[in-house]
Amino acid sequence: MSFAKPIATTRSATGIPTGRLAIWWVLASEVVIFGGLLGSYVMHRLGHPEWADAAVHTNTWIGAFNTFVLLTSSFTAVLAHEAAHDGEGKQAAKYLMLTIGGALTFLLVKSVEWGIEISHGYTITANGFWAFYYTAAGLHAAHVIAGAVIMAFIARDAWRGRELQRVELIGIYWHFVDVVWIFLFPLLYIAK
Amino acid sequence: MIERLVVQASSFAGDIDGLIILVAVLVGFWFLIAEGALLALVFAFRAKPGQKAEYLTGKEEHVKRWISFPHGLVLICDVFIIVASVQVWYNVKQRLPEADYVIRVIGQQWAWTFQHPGADGVLDTTDDIRTVDDLHVEVDRTYHFQLESRDVLHSFSVPVFRLKQDAVPGRRITGWFRPTRIGRHDVQCAEICGFGHGVMAARIAIEDASEHAAWIAANTPAQAP
Amino acid sequence: MAEAIAHAKHAEAHGHHGPSGILKYVWSTDHKIIAMQYMFTGMLMAVIGGLMAYVFRMQLAFPGISVPGFGVVSPGEYNSLVTNHGSIMIFWVAMPVLIAAFGNFLIPLMIGADDMVFPRINRLSFQVFFVSAVLILASLFVEGGGFGGAWTAYPPLSANAEYNLTALGSTLWLVAVALEFVAFLLGGINFIVTLMNSRAPGMKAYDIPIVCWFIVIAAILFMLSVGPLIAGAVMLLFDQTLGTGFYDPTRGGDPVLWQHLFWFFGHPEVYVVMLPAFGIVVEIIATFARKKLFGYKLVLYTAVITGVLSFFVWAHHQFVAGIDPRMANIFTVTTLMISVPVAELCFVIIATLYGGSITLSTPMLWALAFMAEFLIGGVTGIFLGASGADIYFHDTYFVLAHFHYTFFPIAIIGTFAGITYWFPKMFGKMMNETLGKIHFWGTVIPFNVIFIPLFVLGAAGQHRRIYNYQHFPDLAGPEFQRLRIIATVALLVMLVFQLVFFANFFLSLRRKEKAPRNPWRANTLEWTTESPPPHGNWPPDEMPEVYRGPYEYSFPGRDDDYWPQNEPA
Repeated sequence: MSFAKPIATTRSATGIPTGRLAIWWVLASEVVIFGGLLGSYVMHRLGHPEWADAAVHTNTWIGAFNTFVLLTSSFTAVLAHEAAHDGEGKQAAKYLMLTIGGALTFLLVKSVEWGIEISHGYTITANGFWAFYYTAAGLHAAHVIAGAVIMAFIARDAWRGRELQRVELIGIYWHFVDVVWIFLFPLLYIAK
Repeated sequence: MIERLVVQASSFAGDIDGLIILVAVLVGFWFLIAEGALLALVFAFRAKPGQKAEYLTGKEEHVKRWISFPHGLVLICDVFIIVASVQVWYNVKQRLPEADYVIRVIGQQWAWTFQHPGADGVLDTTDDIRTVDDLHVEVDRTYHFQLESRDVLHSFSVPVFRLKQDAVPGRRITGWFRPTRIGRHDVQCAEICGFGHGVMAARIAIEDASEHAAWIAANTPAQAP
Repeated sequence: MAEAIAHAKHAEAHGHHGPSGILKYVWSTDHKIIAMQYMFTGMLMAVIGGLMAYVFRMQLAFPGISVPGFGVVSPGEYNSLVTNHGSIMIFWVAMPVLIAAFGNFLIPLMIGADDMVFPRINRLSFQVFFVSAVLILASLFVEGGGFGGAWTAYPPLSANAEYNLTALGSTLWLVAVALEFVAFLLGGINFIVTLMNSRAPGMKAYDIPIVCWFIVIAAILFMLSVGPLIAGAVMLLFDQTLGTGFYDPTRGGDPVLWQHLFWFFGHPEVYVVMLPAFGIVVEIIATFARKKLFGYKLVLYTAVITGVLSFFVWAHHQFVAGIDPRMANIFTVTTLMISVPVAELCFVIIATLYGGSITLSTPMLWALAFMAEFLIGGVTGIFLGASGADIYFHDTYFVLAHFHYTFFPIAIIGTFAGITYWFPKMFGKMMNETLGKIHFWGTVIPFNVIFIPLFVLGAAGQHRRIYNYQHFPDLAGPEFQRLRIIATVALLVMLVFQLVFFANFFLSLRRKEKAPRNPWRANTLEWTTESPPPHGNWPPDEMPEVYRGPYEYSFPGRDDDYWPQNEPA
């Protein structure tokens, strides 16, 4: 069944393209979700100094590596946007695939990391710190997965020269996912 | 007003009822004005054949002042209510007058346990009297209550005192009251706590000195040797 | 010109079509169809929520009775009924009807667009919503029964099946609510972006009808307030299913954290549902008083200020919950302050009646009743915002009566106002005025007879969520029981009168005579197209352009007492 874009989608009374407007509003709602979660974590952490005993067991090196991976993937997302901006669909798609590669690396490393931690008995029910650790990083990882899936669809379209404006949009979302991690990293890995 | 439905049996019940009356008078006034205006305007400006409505943009002073003046007045009324409310709140919830006695109130699914200080007047001694759903206090004595929960959230509510405080598991919350009137009344749980929330009915007996002493004597647990 | 070409392509594309018949409606991306999907689902859920009220009010009036159609109500079932009545009415009636149904139907039409900006995401939002509705209903029938910890779901009760005894029901309830949130986040994007970007040429910001503004402000309020609760819900879900202890004091958690996360959303939420209802009322009053809204910008700014302030009042739900008593004073101040812009909004709307030429049609009756009843709800809120008084009133039926005097006008009166007003446009037929008026009085009068006794019972210290007041000697007396019976009988009367509405609805659909384009002689753009509007709303070369604001009624010097927005000067 073919779907035709309504005229409404192409209008722009604000001058800002519709898709870009939408993605910023999505980000606003996501900021409040993660803000609520991290705010709750910070308040609990301040009230429970003994959580530092648990926090010491997170692996700062793995966290730092994953930070590097995500930052690099944000960079490739920027390159993808530039290519899309120049109308180079295939090039944009290639950069998006690199970004997805970064996402998969991140997720793989995290799986290994969690596997190690769980084998040491640091499970989600072990104590309050670990409960927040897995919940916050898990919610973030869920957003990484969702973003990577959507990015794959956009890459496929871009390869075919279609909907190139969406490359920028998924890039903006990806930067957000990156920014959340940049908050998580110090909170979960550095604050010991 | 409230006392027609529920007696005032604590030293601050009158203050709370007074605040309620203040609010009732102020909002009652505004309510009658607003409803009155609504009804009056609907009647006054019913459609009449041949007559057109006025075209008002919202900048007309003679109508605007009917909004900005009430606007200011509502603000002033709010300030009165805030000041009165903060005074009542401070008295009941922020200050803790010196206690004659301390009691412990423990909520659980689905009953209230009351720990009374017993004949020695001191809590947590061997002559403490523990009851279930049956609180006894002496009139004209200031009590501190230490409120706890064994499981979920409950809430200690004594309508005749106009008193209420949630019981949070993991905490001991202290409050106070001073009974001023003899009688027997309901104690309710004011926070839904499961299937038996509706049967967590307790009773409070406010007794004069001799009645209370007699109750203590009759209920003091046998002392361990 | 470019628009006409785009539209022609659009129409052409729609020529090659997939499913037909009923499936066409299921898979439609047309905002009007999606609006109907939300509306009918919401109305069905309203019937279910209303029947729940019937059951528990029968139990309260005649404790221990075998309620016809249900049986004897156990204490656990009672808790589940009141919990799900509240949850359903807020999340599966008020929000889908006021925001999703009216928002979807009205926004593109009133701004002169052919659809929402993201029709497929729109369809997805309904599909997610539908799943959430199925889940909440399913939760009532699983082993252990439906969740019974109140719509506020405070832990530890809600987190721990050993306490709530409804393990599966509790989790299904939580997942249903979470999915509903996701559906409205998806839907909200559409409303906000469509209003911002897809307006007809010439429609400036202050030419947008108030109902569109208010629905979008509500969507923004929702999006910004629900985040922390989504985080909190994930934590509660993990407590329920994985055994974490986010809210368990024995494991270092804090039950009061949930309350903060919940009410940080919960308070803005009441304005999320209030604003669309007010918006509907503004449209109707302007039309049937033939009067320009008195102070468009004032109304808009008041709504925005109310929305902003609504983020700073939440702990008035927690005065006695164990928060620091000093905090309570701050929240008393902010809560009383928010009464100022809301009062302002009411004053401006009432002032719009001044100098008008008022016709008391059925929609106008509903709109006026909204104001009259909401005022009661608003003023009784002051008793609860004043912390000193709230010590007594918290968790009593006074609270319950207060919020029914706000929610009922919002969700029920506002809905009937909107339906009776836009029915001709939605369905192409006129509703019967006589049946409409009978339904109106048969709803509004009994409504007051239900809830005024409940104010009295609350003032007498009767607490909420208790299935049988005969257990409390101070409340068991015949004078109090009489009030409970009066409230229940009034509810029965009100429920019976709803049959008049359904009769009117379906009989009107089947009328032969078609409704004109603009039966109310109104100014806004939806009235310039056919009743009902075709797919795409206007022919491609007749998309409207706007020359003035939406409320130019009774403009001096004109023959007609209305001036449609799209009429060239």
